[in-house]
Amino acid sequence: MAYLELNNIYKTYGQDEHATEVLSNINLSIEEGEFVAIVGFTGSGKTTLVNLINGLLEPTSGEVLFKGEPVQGTSHERGVIFQNYSLLPWLTVGQNVFMAVKEAFPKKSKKELNAIVAEYVEMVSLTPAINKRPKELSGGMRQRVAVARALAMKPEMIIMDEPLGALDALTRGNLQDEILNIWGKEKRTALLITNDVDEGIYMADRIIPLRPGPNATLGPEFKIDIERPRDKTEMNDNANFKQTRNAIIEYLMDIGNERKSESSEEFILPDLSPKDFVNQFK
Amino acid sequence: MKQSITLGKITKFMGLGFLSSLKDLFTGKLEKEDYVNFLRKVVVPLASVLLFIGLWHMGSQSLYNIEAEFKIEKALNDQGPAAAEAMRECIASGDVSCKPNTLPSPTQVWDSYKSLLRDHNIISADKAAFIEKTAALNEKRIAEGKDAITYTGRPSFVDQIFRSLKTVFAGFLLALVIAVPLGIFIGLSPTLKSSFNWFIQIFKPVSPVVWYLLVFMIVKTLLIDSNEDSSFTISFISVGLCSMWATLVNTAMGVSSVDKDYINVAKVLKLGNFQKIFKVVLPSSLPLIFTGLKITLSVAWMVLIAIELLAQSPGLGLFVWEEFQNGANDSNAKIIVAMFVIGIIGFLLDRLMLTIQNWVSFDKTDAI
Repeated sequence: MAYLELNNIYKTYGQDEHATEVLSNINLSIEEGEFVAIVGFTGSGKTTLVNLINGLLEPTSGEVLFKGEPVQGTSHERGVIFQNYSLLPWLTVGQNVFMAVKEAFPKKSKKELNAIVAEYVEMVSLTPAINKRPKELSGGMRQRVAVARALAMKPEMIIMDEPLGALDALTRGNLQDEILNIWGKEKRTALLITNDVDEGIYMADRIIPLRPGPNATLGPEFKIDIERPRDKTEMNDNANFKQTRNAIIEYLMDIGNERKSESSEEFILPDLSPKDFVNQFK
Repeated sequence: MKQSITLGKITKFMGLGFLSSLKDLFTGKLEKEDYVNFLRKVVVPLASVLLFIGLWHMGSQSLYNIEAEFKIEKALNDQGPAAAEAMRECIASGDVSCKPNTLPSPTQVWDSYKSLLRDHNIISADKAAFIEKTAALNEKRIAEGKDAITYTGRPSFVDQIFRSLKTVFAGFLLALVIAVPLGIFIGLSPTLKSSFNWFIQIFKPVSPVVWYLLVFMIVKTLLIDSNEDSSFTISFISVGLCSMWATLVNTAMGVSSVDKDYINVAKVLKLGNFQKIFKVVLPSSLPLIFTGLKITLSVAWMVLIAIELLAQSPGLGLFVWEEFQNGANDSNAKIIVAMFVIGIIGFLLDRLMLTIQNWVSFDKTDAI
């Protein structure tokens, strides 16, 4: 039995003639301790998929099984790192993490809770900024707070919804390493949603492309057989990496082309040409 | 150095940024930019104030002339040339009995202001003397279980200002206590929202005068056994009811439109209802609640004058009304003084709320 299982998931927004089927026939199973990445275009329904797994949304039909039990609402066992950080701006870094920890471990004393907060803030190396508010932090620092908040609840599975999408390449690379580091240390199951193929290959054991919506569905999976710890510079020369990368990109490009040819609507442009300024004055 | 930075920050925070350019002028650290700033923030406003006073002076002068001409004309038509001549001389001499009654000039207003202050000093001296004189007697009366003798003389202009502030703050507190919790409940529950909506829509535009009459009907009956003067109670309740709508609507809107991201966070963290309201919903709607409170305070101050006037409750409104009824030669000038005092206090109250609002607000775009 897989750790997380999605069986024949369909998700429709709206009703009757206004209905849009965002996801259709999604089947996915993730084993314990695995790091899976789902790669897709923007607007292909990635966030909807994430919200189905973390319990913020319910599928129209089909079932999401977590450890064999159907998912009902959110749970502390599945930590979420949101795309837009979603820190509470009126709380400091420490308070943001503390709020999560307090909910996750209601029985612990304040001292123990503070120790957990300090540990995880240290883990993302934000101890000097623990008393700052989100608006005083850079984008990368904010996302690290979000990572600390999700991990401090000690979830069994961690779900990341394009966590690094809004960051610059350098910060992105650093945070990828940090997340991998923590994942390696605590060996949790991880699901990463991303639009960056390289990021997926660098971080995950398996990559599954999401064919764009409406009617988004999962494509064939690609296994990444590159030994951990992976090195970014070395990886670029790795034949296996190149091959996988090309295969995935080719697959996604094909989807893109397919989509283009699908749109049969033709736009007739008016027959216009720029005025001839030179001849005008002759 | 550090202190001057904080001073600049504080003045900017309170929306009094022009003070910091004044400060630069005195500390002498000026660059070209500062001169432009100084010109824009200090010189131009000062010039506009002078222009305003100048226009006011000319306007009041011409109104005075129209009134004077009319009086002389009237004397000529009614009583003949001799009376007209007498009237002309009388007006020229500035005698109180025939002074044209019109818009007072800036100097008259300034004189009235000074006379009101003088009056205040006399009254407070009087009051102090009275308290001193009756102190021993009062102690004895209290010891005997009788009521102390209190000063019952006429209140001065400054006393009236404080009475008005007291009324406005009592009304504001009432609005706060009613509108904020009610707004939270309405914002949280769509059922309550639809059941209260008609109520809000109908009562929001009701005029202060009608609110006063409504409150008067109710309070008069409730306090039927009491001998105390109920005018203060009536006026502050009317002010509160009249001004609470902005806060009610803003609170409900703020609470019902909390960012979906924050709600998702609350869901993922599995916050309880209580925690969700106090840790997520309320903090995120504080800026809107304070915008509502700011509007409430300025509306409260605006309607206060009308309500005090109707309720005969001591304060600036009553002062204005009494001066108007009084019709003494400097009454008009005193009314203008009251107008400026009301305006300036309203401005200061607004700044006070703005400061508090800046204090509790956060920039949403910064956080995401």
